[in-house]
Amino acid sequence: MIPRHQKILFTLLLLASLAMGAALWHLRERAHQRLLAGQDSAPTSAPAVAPAEQAALLVANDSDGSILTQLHSLPLPEDPNARARAVLGKLLDLYAAPGAAHPVPGGASSVAQIFLLPAPEIAGATPAVAKPKIADSRVVVNLSRESRANSPVSPPQDARQTGPLLAVVNLTGSFAASHPSGIETEMLTVLSICGTLHANLPRVTQVRFLVDGHERATLAGHADLTRTYLAGDVVPSDGAQP
Amino acid sequence: MTFVALAAATQSALAQPAPPAPQARFVVVLDAAHGGDDSGGRLANNQLEKSFTLALSVRLRSLLAARGIQVVTTRDSDTTVDPVKRAEIANRAQAQACLSLHATESGSGVYLFASSLAPAAAARFTAWKTAQSAWVMRSLKMEGVLNSALLNAGMSVTMARTSVTAVDSMTCPAVAVEIAPEQNSGHETIAVLNDKNYQARVAAALAAALLEWRTDAGRTEVRP
Repeated sequence: MIPRHQKILFTLLLLASLAMGAALWHLRERAHQRLLAGQDSAPTSAPAVAPAEQAALLVANDSDGSILTQLHSLPLPEDPNARARAVLGKLLDLYAAPGAAHPVPGGASSVAQIFLLPAPEIAGATPAVAKPKIADSRVVVNLSRESRANSPVSPPQDARQTGPLLAVVNLTGSFAASHPSGIETEMLTVLSICGTLHANLPRVTQVRFLVDGHERATLAGHADLTRTYLAGDVVPSDGAQP
Repeated sequence: MTFVALAAATQSALAQPAPPAPQARFVVVLDAAHGGDDSGGRLANNQLEKSFTLALSVRLRSLLAARGIQVVTTRDSDTTVDPVKRAEIANRAQAQACLSLHATESGSGVYLFASSLAPAAAARFTAWKTAQSAWVMRSLKMEGVLNSALLNAGMSVTMARTSVTAVDSMTCPAVAVEIAPEQNSGHETIAVLNDKNYQARVAAALAAALLEWRTDAGRTEVRP
């Protein structure tokens, strides 16, 4: 003999289960309809294909610590943001390719966003540094001249159209996590990104880095990502190579 | 009587040979990079960079102590030391040479990095983050001495300038030393990082360089 209160409890649980099942079915239908509506609103016209142009990529080489300019033909959009993303995507694809001289996993998808902003004047900008004289050592790595954006000053309004730009490169966390650790390799990545941006967008004179939208102390334990890099200072150690 | 005694004492003092000049103080700071929560890079055979740098620091300290050089280390165990603390330790030591030790699996041979800060005149008050700027010229000179010693030991060396947070705040001739596996001209690895013989060669070359630097420091004024 089942007690009366247990019968009531069982009935209530059964009703609750049915109600939850119905609610789930309803939510599923709504999600399906939303998905279909999203597909309907997708663009029907094909995206405009940018014409192929010569892009100068500053490609790093771990074996001799050099950064060389290589010319690559790739579609470059007119929009500066898209253009910056295209050249950096190609650069990081080269690094992710098998047998790369500066192997870094990740590829083009490692750049989440690039923002181009009017560059602030930097009061404490470090003046140019001369290359050290070296007698017998193999190679000189290109210098990094970092500035410390202690006192940014807003540019005048008319400079926003033609003035220098600050590129904020937002890298993915997976790129930073998988980047090989070391002073040399991390600086080569940072400097080649800065140099490539400046080579293809000469108005980009300063570069800052974010990782997953946040400031991060270092790329993989060494290269300082908290400061503003002066992009124009990355000078390739040799002529351009097609 | 008093005058006589004084004159005699003066004569006896003049007759004695002059005491030898006290040996110039020479202190080396060894900064084993990373440690504790910050394990640094992962090297071959799952070795961590923090362990490698600590082992190298201990080995180098022994070599230098055996040669009578006073050594100050930023860490002697697997502890977390932030870059500010590292620079504080180096600056308190008022050292004549500061080496920040790193390791990597990328590249080949030994990399020497001096600060990329522009040289600046010494000032009474300097900004913490650019304190090294007054020492850059001496750091470059010490980088050259390290380069020569490593080349004499048969190693491939790459010299460069870059920004390393702790080094940029040090008020001493400072160089970051990054050790990579040794490769031949055909890019074949001939010495891996956990090769004890390779570690010993690097440490011996660095010790020889610091001895040479001590001689240079004795000839010239070291602090700006």
